Amino acid sequence: MSETPKTILDIRNLDISFKTNAGVVHAIRGVNLDLCKGETVAIVGESGSGKSVTMKATMGLLDSNAVVNSGEILYTYTDDSGNEKTVDLLKLPKKELRQNFNGKRIAMVFQDPMTSLDPTMTIGKQVMEGMLLHKNMDKAAAKARALELLNLVGITDAEKRFKNYPHQLSGGMRQRVVIAIALSSDPDILICDEPTTALDVTIQARILELIMELQKKMKLSVIYITHDLGVVAKVADYVDVMYAGKIVEVGNVNEIFYDPKHPYTWGLLSAMPDLDTDDARLYSIPGSPPNLLHEPTGDAFAARNQFALAIDEKADPPLFQVSRTHFAATWLLHPDAPKVEMPPELIARIARAQKEVEKYL
Amino acid sequence: MAKQTVSPAVSTPAYTPRKEDFVFLPKRDIETDKNFASQSYWKGVFTHFFKNRRAVVGLVIVVLIILFSIFGPMLSSYGYRDIVQYRNEKNKRVVAKGISPQIPALHELFYGEAPDNSFSEYTFLFGTDDLGRDLWTRTWYGARVSLLIAFITIFIDMIIGMSYGLISGYFGGRVDNVMQRFVEIANSVPRLVIVSVLAIFMPKGMGLVIVALLLTEWIGMSKIARAEMLKIKEQEYVLASHTLGAGNMHIIFKEILPNTIGPIITQVMFSIPTAIFTEAFLSFVGVGIVLPECSVGTLIEDGFNNITTLPYQILPPILVLALLMLGFNFIGDGLREALAPKLEDM
Amino acid sequence: MTKYVLKRIGLAVLTLFIITLVLFLLVRIMPGNPFPSERMSAEQIALKRQEMGLDDPVVVQFFRYIVNLFHGDFGKGTSLYYGAPITTVLTTCISNSFKIGGIAIVLGSLVGLVLGITAALHKGRFLDGLCTVLSILGVCVPSYVFLIFLQYTFSFKIPFFPYFFDPSRFLFSSVIPAISLSLFTMSTIARFTRNEMVEVFDSDYVRLAESKGMYGRSLVMKHVLRNALIPIVTVLAPLVVDLLTGALVVEKIYGINGIGKLMVDAIAGEGIDYNYVLALGILYSALYIGIMLIVDLLYGVLDPRIRVSAKGGDD
Repeated sequence: MSETPKTILDIRNLDISFKTNAGVVHAIRGVNLDLCKGETVAIVGESGSGKSVTMKATMGLLDSNAVVNSGEILYTYTDDSGNEKTVDLLKLPKKELRQNFNGKRIAMVFQDPMTSLDPTMTIGKQVMEGMLLHKNMDKAAAKARALELLNLVGITDAEKRFKNYPHQLSGGMRQRVVIAIALSSDPDILICDEPTTALDVTIQARILELIMELQKKMKLSVIYITHDLGVVAKVADYVDVMYAGKIVEVGNVNEIFYDPKHPYTWGLLSAMPDLDTDDARLYSIPGSPPNLLHEPTGDAFAARNQFALAIDEKADPPLFQVSRTHFAATWLLHPDAPKVEMPPELIARIARAQKEVEKYL
Repeated sequence: MAKQTVSPAVSTPAYTPRKEDFVFLPKRDIETDKNFASQSYWKGVFTHFFKNRRAVVGLVIVVLIILFSIFGPMLSSYGYRDIVQYRNEKNKRVVAKGISPQIPALHELFYGEAPDNSFSEYTFLFGTDDLGRDLWTRTWYGARVSLLIAFITIFIDMIIGMSYGLISGYFGGRVDNVMQRFVEIANSVPRLVIVSVLAIFMPKGMGLVIVALLLTEWIGMSKIARAEMLKIKEQEYVLASHTLGAGNMHIIFKEILPNTIGPIITQVMFSIPTAIFTEAFLSFVGVGIVLPECSVGTLIEDGFNNITTLPYQILPPILVLALLMLGFNFIGDGLREALAPKLEDM
Repeated sequence: MTKYVLKRIGLAVLTLFIITLVLFLLVRIMPGNPFPSERMSAEQIALKRQEMGLDDPVVVQFFRYIVNLFHGDFGKGTSLYYGAPITTVLTTCISNSFKIGGIAIVLGSLVGLVLGITAALHKGRFLDGLCTVLSILGVCVPSYVFLIFLQYTFSFKIPFFPYFFDPSRFLFSSVIPAISLSLFTMSTIARFTRNEMVEVFDSDYVRLAESKGMYGRSLVMKHVLRNALIPIVTVLAPLVVDLLTGALVVEKIYGINGIGKLMVDAIAGEGIDYNYVLALGILYSALYIGIMLIVDLLYGVLDPRIRVSAKGGDD
C-alpha cells in the first residue's frame, strides 16, 4: 500500500427508505464508507442489514420504491481528458450514470450466476455488449477483446464458448462470464455482491483467487458484500460491519478479526465455524435483526445484546474511535461504561487463529 | 487509509448520556425470536390479503351478490316465474308486460326521462320482461342458480382433481406416467367437443351443464395438486413420516394435503368464474338451463331476444355476470399474491 | 431436435387418433335413433341405416370412416343440411370462421401487446392502471355480450354496420364480430405481457445489463422484450380455443355461416345431428392439437434453452 492512497469512493451519511404496502422501511440509516484506490473493502452483515442496498444505490440500481432521504456518494475519477473530477452518483440523472459510469467505471458482479445472465443471448454477445457501448470499438475488436477476457477469467475453449447460451455453462463458468462482463470496460471499481455464495466451496476459492489476481493486474478497487467471514479474511484490507442499516464497526482486517470491539462483531466471529471449537454446538446470535418497518429507539442491536446497557435503549451509540483506522458504535466504549471483555471462548478462538497464522508466516 | 469521516462521539445523539445510564440491563429473554415467533403462516396470508385493496373490493362484490341472490328474491312479492298482473286506472287487470325499470337512473339511460309512477304500488326495480315477469326476482334467482351450479361443480372438481393429482404425484413412476398420459389426452379434447357429445347422451338442462363442467375443470386442479405434491414430497417431514411407518394414504391426505390448500383455493377462485362463464355460454347456446327455469345465461339470452324492444332487460344479468367475474378474479389475484408475497410488497 | 419434433408430431397424431376412436364409439353406441323419427317412417329409417352402413359391426364402420376421412370425406348429415356432404358444408364454414377468427386473433394480439408493453413501461402509474382496467374488462365480459352491445349500438341505434353478417361485404361486416372476438385475446395478452415484462424488469440479468450501462430503449429491446415475449407464445393456444368457443355464439348471433354456428345448429337444433357432431368434434380436436403442437415447436425454436440442448460445463 502506498503512503497516501487516494479515496475514490466516499459514501457519506447515506439514508434510504423503501415505501412498501406495509409501510415505510428505513433500510439504510446513515451509512459512511470509503474506498481507496487499489484497496479491498468488505461489507459484512446478516441478510437485510442493508449491505446490498448500499451498493445498489452506488450503481443506481435501487428499486423504484426506494427513496434516498439524504446523503451523497462521491466518486473521484480521471476523465477522458485527464482531469480529476468528483461527482455525486446519487445526483446524476439515470442516463448520465448509465452512459458514463455503470460498467465503464464502476462494475458489479452479482450473487447468483444462474440468474444474472440473459438466457436468450449468447455469452459472447453479452460480454461484447458493454464494450460496444462504452469503448466505441468495432465488432471485430470487441470480439477479440471478449475472447481475451474469457481466457483471462479462465474459460477454456473461449472460442467455442463464445457462441454458447448461459444454460450450457455450469454455475462456476457462468460466474466467470459475469466477471468477464464486469471487467470488459476496464472499470476502476468492482463491486462483488456475494460473488461466491451460490457456488460450491471449491469453486468459491477459485473465483476469489481469480478476482484477487485480476485486481492486482488491473489495479482495481474492490468492494465485497458478504456474510461469510472466511471470504473477508481471505480478501479484504478493510472491513465494515453492518447491522440494521448502519455501520457498527470499521477497521482493517486485523483489527476486526483480532481485536473486535462491538458485541455484534463478537457474535459474528463466534458464529464462524471453526474446526477446533470445543463447544458441541455452533454459536449463533440470539434473535433476529430488527424489522426496520418499526425503527428501534436507541441501539438497534440492544435487544439481542447480552451486554446491553441502559443507555442502549435510550440513544443510538455514535462511532467511538479505537485506533487510527478502527471505529465501533457501541456504548461499551464510552469512558463511563463498565469494562466488558469479549467472551472467553472468542478470546481462545482468536488466540488459536493467531497461532495458526504464525505457522505460515 | 485516512478515516477522516467520523470524529468520535460527536455525531450528536439527541440524548446526552448520564453516568447512571451505563449499567447493564437486567437479564432479559434474548433467546426468543420476537420478530418471527408470533406470526403464523395463515395469519400472514390473511393480513396480506386484506391489505390488498383490489382483493377486498372483489370480496365485497362477491359477498354482496351472494347475499342478493339469497335474499333478493324474497324482497319482491313475485316469484321468478310469476306473470304479474296489476289493475290499471280503469281498474282492469293488465299483465305487467315490458314495464321499464323503476330505477330513475336506469330508466333515463334508455328513455331519456324519469319513469312515470303509474305502478306506484308495484315496484319493478329492474322492470319486467316481455311476459310480465319481475326482472329483479329473476335476476337474483338466476344468479343463485348460476352460483349454485358453479359452487357445486367446482367443489366436486376440486375433490376429484386433488385426489387425482396428489395420487399421481405421490406414487410417481409408472403410475404417474399412465395417469399423466390420460390427463394429456383428456386435455386435448376441447370443452366444446365434450359438451357436444354430452348433448347426444343427455337431455338439455342443468344436468348437462354440471356434467360438462365436472368433466373439464378437474384437470387444472389435478395439475396444481400434482405440482405441489412433487415439491412437498421430498421434504424432511414427509420422509420422517415414512420412517415412522405412516401409510401412503395417511401421508397423502393428512400430511401433504393441508400444505397444498393455498394454491388449490387460488385455482378454485379462478375456476368459479370459468364455471359461471361456461354455464352462461351453454344456456345462451340453448343446451343449458331450460325455460322456465332461469340462470344468468338464459337471462342474457332472453334479454338478447328482446333487445330491440326492451333494451334494458339484458343489463342486469350482464352486470351480475361481469361483477361476479371481476370479483372472483380479484379474489384469486389477491390470494395468489398473499400466498407468495414478493419482497417489495411485504 | 429432429427427434424431439418427430416425437411431438407422432404423439399429436396418436392423441388425435384416440380421440377420433372414442368420439366415434360414443356417437355410434348412443341409444336411440339418429334420424328424426317424426319426419321419417320406419321403412325410410331402415333404408337410411342400411345406406349409411349403420348395421355393420362397429369395427368395420370405424375403418370405413377412417378410410373416408383420408379421402376428405366426412359422410353426410343425418338431419342438418339434409343430404349435402358434410365436407362441402364444412369447407365454406371453415373459410368464414378462419378469416374472422384470424382477424380477431391478429388484432387482439397486436393491441394486447401494445397495451401490455405500455402498462409495463409505466408500472404503477396512470397508464398502467388504465391498461389494467381495460384488460380486466375484456376478461370479465364474454365476447357475445360485446357483440350484442356493438350490434345494438352500431347496427340498430346508429345503423352503420350491417345488423347481420353479409358475405358480399365480407370485410365491412366482419368488423363487429372480429372486434368482439378479439377483446378477450387482447385482454389476456395485455395482462400476460405486462406481468412478464415486469418480472423480466425485476430479473437479475436486467440488473446486470443495467450495471453494464444499458438503459432506455436499447435495454428494453435487447433484453426485456425478447425474454418477456417468448412465454407469450404459450398462451396463444388456449386463446385460440377460447376464440373458437366464443365464435360459437358470436357466429350464431351475427348470422355468420361458420363452424361455430354449425356446431350450435348440430347440438341445439331440433334434432341432434350425430354425424356433424362427430365431424366437428374431430375437426375441433385436430385444430386444438395442431395449435398446441405448433406452439410447442415454436417455443422450442424461440427459446435457446430448448433449441440448444445443454451440453454442460466443466468446473
